[in-house]
Amino acid sequence: MFVINCPYCGERDQQEFKAGGEAHIERPKQPTELSDDEWAEYLFMRKNIKGVQFERWNHAHGCRKWFNMVRDTSNDEIKLVYKMGEKPPLE
Amino acid sequence: MKNKYSVFSLIKNAFSDHENWQRAWKDPSPKKEYDTVIVGGGGHGLATAYYLAKKHNMKNIAVVEKGWIGGGNTGRNTTIIRSNYLWDASAGLYDHALKIWEGLSQELNYNVMFSQRGVMNLAHNLQDVRDLKRRTHANRLNGIDAVYLNTDEVKKFCPIINTSPDIRYPVLGGTLQRRAGTARHDAVAWGYARGADEMGVDIIQNCEVIGIKRNGDAVEGIETTRGFIKTKKIGVVAAGHSSVIANMAGLRLPLESKPLQALVSEPVKPIIDTVVMSNAVHAYVSQSDKGELVIGAGTDDYVSYTQKGSHQIVEGTLNAILELYPIFSRMRMLRQWGGIVDICPDASPILSKTSIKGLYFNCGWGTGGFKATPGSGDLFAHTIANDEPHKLNAAFNLNRFVSGDLVDEHGAAAVAH
Repeated sequence: MFVINCPYCGERDQQEFKAGGEAHIERPKQPTELSDDEWAEYLFMRKNIKGVQFERWNHAHGCRKWFNMVRDTSNDEIKLVYKMGEKPPLE
Repeated sequence: MKNKYSVFSLIKNAFSDHENWQRAWKDPSPKKEYDTVIVGGGGHGLATAYYLAKKHNMKNIAVVEKGWIGGGNTGRNTTIIRSNYLWDASAGLYDHALKIWEGLSQELNYNVMFSQRGVMNLAHNLQDVRDLKRRTHANRLNGIDAVYLNTDEVKKFCPIINTSPDIRYPVLGGTLQRRAGTARHDAVAWGYARGADEMGVDIIQNCEVIGIKRNGDAVEGIETTRGFIKTKKIGVVAAGHSSVIANMAGLRLPLESKPLQALVSEPVKPIIDTVVMSNAVHAYVSQSDKGELVIGAGTDDYVSYTQKGSHQIVEGTLNAILELYPIFSRMRMLRQWGGIVDICPDASPILSKTSIKGLYFNCGWGTGGFKATPGSGDLFAHTIANDEPHKLNAAFNLNRFVSGDLVDEHGAAAVAH
């Protein structure tokens, strides 16, 4: 269990949040032009990194807003949270 | 078999205070080259090596394991074995495994303590009832034993369940697979390791894979913490770490690795002689031969490799357990742990070739891989040896995520994942 610093509400218990998977997966701009392989890549394939990963989270039992998180999946340490639409840090 | 276990060997060794048992498998250093290298020394990996040697006459095989064999999810699951899956492809896959389980102790000359004590799945609402009845019919059409029980029959089969209509998740019925049950998880890994070792498989522990060497579209070998090993065929059976290995080869898999928790209580006298699974509320309970209650919980919703999991998941499971089994209200829990499970979008496994020649993946078993161990090893060995899937695992290829021909067991199996 860990504490998450919601960019809108501040520090809250993890129980209030819902994980939304890998962040910055861009929706295809021309869905009708996509091949089956490209659809599979977009819909199903994930980096699933052991280490620092970019994720989406939702403050489901709070402000209900989505935001991004940089988290180390090997020790659950949260490096950074930032709002939707903001550019991911390069690091 | 040079060192066959029997009642006579037990008596003989009793006279020397059990100090002269031979070691069950060797501890070799890696050779420079193997025909096939299996990455991952859990039950599935060791079974794969065992069947490669036994059924496909391959001699020069290694299993590399980053820790010790059976130390990952093989030693962390709740040991439930069943084959009551909804879809034909899954039913074929899991029942193939169940059939091997039935003769496994004899085959391996190693007691895996397979106990067909039955697995009962509970229904808590009308939709559960419909789903479970549908699955019972589907199972029987596939030749898998299944019966539907009403509330009274559930109570009769497992008297300690609270079947009052007033509880939060009332028991409206259930299904029972009598051939299902449990086995000793460590023994499965050790039995396969001993059998594989005897046929000349090198089981190399404390040997972590840190890179996969490719030459164009084919594999050339693996880089490990104990040096480079040349090989033309790599079978990856790394469970929660499958994506980590795939990333080394420049592949992406449709997997997310999440913590799944389990816990055991203090040992008590026999109180529950079957396995009861409550899918909707994620409460699975059975009793080990030592007397501990073995309790399975649900997965967390975020990717993590920490083998811990969140507190509220355990709390939710124990709430449900107490509601269903008020008799356990004063039980104390001894240990809690997590395992990292690799979950596919359709909650079905991948036993498949890849776009890279000589690289095979056996992964995506998610929350329920233990039950499939013997079948998974057998079919994966077939896939590696022939460079073609067996008809029982043909549907579980990696290409199904491109073609859309998914085997959707999310909620359709006996468990809500």
